[in-house]
Amino acid sequence: MKKSHILAIAVIAVAIGIIMSTVGDASVYVSFREARERAADGNLTKVHVVGRLPRDGQKNIMGLEYNPTLDPNYFAFTLVDTNRIAQRVIYFNPKPQDFDKSEQVVITGAMRNEVFVADKILLKCPSKYVEKDIKGATAAR
Amino acid sequence: MLNTFIGDLGHISVIVAFVAATVAAYSYYMAAREKPLGETDASWLRLARTSFLVHSGAVMSIIICLFTIIYSHRYEYYYAWSHSSNHLPVHYMISCFWEGQEGSFLLWIFWHVIIGLAIMRFNRKWEAPVMAVFAFVQLFLTSMILGVVLFDVKLGSSPFILLRDFLTDLPVFKTNPDFVPKDGTGLNPLLQNYWMVIHPPTLFLGFALTLVPFAFAIAGLWKGELSKWIKPALPWALFGGLVLGVGVMMGAYWAYETLNFGGYWNWDPVENAVYIPWLVLVASIHGMVLWQRSRTALRTSFVLVIASFLLILYATFLTRSGVLGNASVHSFTDLGLSGQLLIYLLAFMALAIGLLVWRWKSIPVSEKELTTYNPELWVFVGATVLCLGAFQVLFTTSIPVYNAFLGFLGIKSNLALPADQIAHYTKIQLWMGVLVAFLTGLAQIMWWQKNDKNTLANSLAVPGIITLLSAALVILLVRYNKLQMSGTYIVLLTTGLFGVLANLGVVLTLIKRRVALSGGGVAHIGISLMLLGILASAGYSNIISKNVSGLVYSKEFPEDLNRDNVLLWRNDAAPMGGYDISYTGQYYDVPGVPGYVNKELLFRTDDEYKALARADIKAEGKTYYKAGDTLEISPENTYYRVEYKQKESGEVFTLYPRAQVNEEMGGLLASPDIKRFVDHDIYSHISSVPDPSKEKDWSEVKEYTLAIGDTIYLNDYFAVFRGVEPAHETAGLGLAKGDLAIQGDFLVFGEKKQYHVHPMFVVRNRLIGRVSDEVEDLGLRLTFINVDPSDKKFTFGVSTTQKDYIILKAMEKPFINLLWSGTLLMAVGFCMALVKRRREASIGNGATPVVAGQKQTREPKQQLA
Repeated sequence: MKKSHILAIAVIAVAIGIIMSTVGDASVYVSFREARERAADGNLTKVHVVGRLPRDGQKNIMGLEYNPTLDPNYFAFTLVDTNRIAQRVIYFNPKPQDFDKSEQVVITGAMRNEVFVADKILLKCPSKYVEKDIKGATAAR
Repeated sequence: MLNTFIGDLGHISVIVAFVAATVAAYSYYMAAREKPLGETDASWLRLARTSFLVHSGAVMSIIICLFTIIYSHRYEYYYAWSHSSNHLPVHYMISCFWEGQEGSFLLWIFWHVIIGLAIMRFNRKWEAPVMAVFAFVQLFLTSMILGVVLFDVKLGSSPFILLRDFLTDLPVFKTNPDFVPKDGTGLNPLLQNYWMVIHPPTLFLGFALTLVPFAFAIAGLWKGELSKWIKPALPWALFGGLVLGVGVMMGAYWAYETLNFGGYWNWDPVENAVYIPWLVLVASIHGMVLWQRSRTALRTSFVLVIASFLLILYATFLTRSGVLGNASVHSFTDLGLSGQLLIYLLAFMALAIGLLVWRWKSIPVSEKELTTYNPELWVFVGATVLCLGAFQVLFTTSIPVYNAFLGFLGIKSNLALPADQIAHYTKIQLWMGVLVAFLTGLAQIMWWQKNDKNTLANSLAVPGIITLLSAALVILLVRYNKLQMSGTYIVLLTTGLFGVLANLGVVLTLIKRRVALSGGGVAHIGISLMLLGILASAGYSNIISKNVSGLVYSKEFPEDLNRDNVLLWRNDAAPMGGYDISYTGQYYDVPGVPGYVNKELLFRTDDEYKALARADIKAEGKTYYKAGDTLEISPENTYYRVEYKQKESGEVFTLYPRAQVNEEMGGLLASPDIKRFVDHDIYSHISSVPDPSKEKDWSEVKEYTLAIGDTIYLNDYFAVFRGVEPAHETAGLGLAKGDLAIQGDFLVFGEKKQYHVHPMFVVRNRLIGRVSDEVEDLGLRLTFINVDPSDKKFTFGVSTTQKDYIILKAMEKPFINLLWSGTLLMAVGFCMALVKRRREASIGNGATPVVAGQKQTREPKQQLA
């Protein structure tokens, strides 16, 4: 066998290995119901959940728990997924500062006992590009 | 006043640029058609050149128009309104220019124009076919900013759109169509950084430079000159590798300094999108060098050169089409260009692959089989390793694309990027690093000598032994510092050291012979150092701010959770790692005064950007402002002063991590401050502060009636009421003659120092006004409530609040300087190689066989020597 053939076979083997590793490591977007089912089955791999924060009549987010003087590394909130299932989420980090403003939240992590332990929070904030209002536009000419 | 002229001029320039690019592409094509390389149809060529010059002029005109709009604050234009503001300094106005998608396209277009003009001037022989490709690319790029509607299809997004045409629903435009906002919404504060002035142009120059070897390869395929394109294209490819590599690292450095994820690389799809083509471009350079030296790997060079440009287009598609969606934190927003971007990508893919397939059989292949003693084999293996590394990042980063594609076919897919991206990428990229470091050392040693079993063993022995010894030493040192070192880390360490030492040996011998030859060696030392720097700084990044108290909730989860942030009360020192750390107050940046100025020395006015000095403002022994002076401040950033005292040595240093309250970006943006030592960095950032947008919770006012000289306890602090005096900080009050202003003089004894507190009592037009004074350090506020002239008693109100605090994360990054210095060395090496290949290419420009022969004879000499 020529060396180039050996090299080609090695390359293909590594490439397949890479594909397999990506497939193995790739996470999924799930609902909280599925996240609970996975945890019940003993599957502790981390998943992504997309959701919104429940707000009361004054647009305040309900169920935020962050008391830095007690423990700066404990932040808990409730997230409602796309199927309208609410779930308590704990994040062992300080509360992200822009959390209150965010419209959509993506968390990664897994269910443990009765709570979802998140290790990453991705916030979809109202982007400045879609800004549709000018401050003081009516006041000043 | 609304000015539509400059926007119209800009828009017309865009249209002219687009039409001229189309004409240039067609006429360059006609000029080169059915003629061998170097011969052209004179009249078509004249037309082509003229139209490319017209195109260049129009592009300049677009840039001037857009910059004028930003520079003169013409907020009637959406671009200026949404990316700039009145208080932005000029150098950041340049960054506004490319903050938006349209501006960054423009930057890319600009570089293509400059490079195109250089090719027209310096590569006459290749001009027509190469420039046909260039003009074709420009046609696509200018179409992205065209902003015209053709047959109900919107082509491109114009940067010259008026605000009233963008925000059509805004009520103010119905009543007053000529409304112009007074101020813009400003530049994203994270981009207000000097790296953001220089990083995007560098990166886009890198993007633009990948087009050159691609255009030469296409021209070569088209004209059937299947090997001659390498020589003129190689210096351009090296230039591209240099600029793109440096550009990527600039972005990494910016992220390290400005963002707060705690590192320089986050595997964000936007970062990956540039890293992938850079790896392939570097691989293609190796392929081209192999052809230049021993007439092998030509097909590889073709494939890789074409792939690197197509990957740049793919990167553009990923970051600008909105396909990444949730997957990236900093891709551009979707401007509805995804269709156009996809057509751009597919058109060039079809063109390049079609030509390649057509000529594939006639591309010469080397007959001789490479043996293990041929350095060419190892260079080739190295290039393959780079491509495999690129493939992993590409395959994973494309996950959102698979979802979008399946969704397009009607299949719902819920695939997400790996939850632990770092672990996922590291497990392949680390081994790529190992192989790259090893192969650079091996191939460089073999490259410059004649190899057989004996010579190879001899020349590997010395660097090999030194490598093993130094690796053993490092491992012992790591153990001595009570750190673990896994097997993979040991392998990376050893190969990294081998890469440095073997290449160093090569460079030292080459310097004696001819310095110009050592570019490759220098660049490879740089790469190996970078790998070692990454190993140390990422593998041994150490959180110093481990929280040891406040474990209230952790009983729920007994596992070891990372609790990486600590709360620091103002002026309370807390132990952390090997340091005693204290947070000692908030500071502002005052232009003209070195360092930062304590907030307590400043009295804020109605104008956000102006403040009054409450005391003399001194820095480094010089007085910059006297008490009562008005001074300009930069109110956006608050700097939190954090003092680090090393417990063992008693050494003290101060960091000022900053945070910026920004409503539009949604909250608080924190940026780290970094203390740099030779062998490590201390990196700290604020994770949280009391919400600055909320009013403080003050306790109910407690009244005290005091006589001069009385002593009281305020919120655990001991305070002396020393007297009443005429108020001296009245500049902000606008007092008139006959008004009265007095102030109480208190001395409060805090933990660290004493505070003078001066609540004011003002009688103005027979009305009483009270200006209370706050000591932020102590969470204390005093109000002068009343004067009782009869028995010389004064009433003061005292209220208290929670003390100020910050939540801090701090970490140590060992040997991160290896990464930055390795980057510089890599850049130097690229430059040296560039100079050498450029000289060879210009010798070859005459294309006389004699010159070619000379080169042929020189190379064996190098091999023999």
